Amino acid sequence: MPPIPAIEDLSITLAHYLGLAGTVFAIGTAITLSKRNAVAVLMGVELMLNAVNLTVLAFSRFSAAFEEGGSAPLDGHVFVVFVLTVAAAEAAVALAMAVLVYRRRETVDLDRVNLMRG
Amino acid sequence: MESPGIILAFFALSGVTVASALLVFLARNLLHALAFLVLSFLGMAGLFLTLSADFIGVAQVLIYAGSISVLMVFAVMLTPLASRNNGSTLYVIPAMLAAGGLASLIGFVAIDTEWDERKGEALGASDFTTTVAGIGDLLLGRYLLAFEVASVLLLFALLGAIVLVQERRRAGEEA
Repeated sequence: MPPIPAIEDLSITLAHYLGLAGTVFAIGTAITLSKRNAVAVLMGVELMLNAVNLTVLAFSRFSAAFEEGGSAPLDGHVFVVFVLTVAAAEAAVALAMAVLVYRRRETVDLDRVNLMRG
Repeated sequence: MESPGIILAFFALSGVTVASALLVFLARNLLHALAFLVLSFLGMAGLFLTLSADFIGVAQVLIYAGSISVLMVFAVMLTPLASRNNGSTLYVIPAMLAAGGLASLIGFVAIDTEWDERKGEALGASDFTTTVAGIGDLLLGRYLLAFEVASVLLLFALLGAIVLVQERRRAGEEA
């Protein structure tokens, strides 16, 4: 009978994080493409942004530059800070637009918002 | 990343994140979907902590699980006559096919590529005690210009949201 591997042998590698981020990104894509409500579409976009942040942080953590006094240890983290900032700005403007569309049309159903004016 | 704690934390947190992301897709009620989205953000914050990113983890809880979800609750509450169900369009089958293809493509590339990554002892030794000081130094040093541009972007997003949502009086309707 082969020995059962100890839990120490199941080490987490970069591929684990990338696979997880790809899964979450794909779920976000499915939500964005298929939902009817504008707020739900925005939820999918936020999930996709989150998955990308996880990818950037994973590459940063597993790279040889990541240590105190390394060549560029925290640049990935700074990039994620900017992504968070832009995501917050985008969510604020997009939700304001959803409220605006609702005021004009009394719906946020994206199938029924199909005119450029009115 | 070989200590049993990290391994268990990774699998538990990734299970929570993926399951609640799927429930955002499947939930019937939009507000339930929103609650699962917050749970997914919290699981993602835990995953950031396993990557030794303490500042980003806390920022994730504050910005995503805190403020963006509150904004979404406001958007749902301010559209009371719109339908609350989390319905799908006719494109749900193509969307799921596209998502499945994307996930398998990314997974295949992630597993098949020989990543030039740190392993074992070297990986454990390079943990930061805290990343906050380093991020602050970079933000006010090498990335100062981007930092200032981001602040201008936030200001304009604030102004834009206010201008879009304010109630305009029509001409001739002045009190």
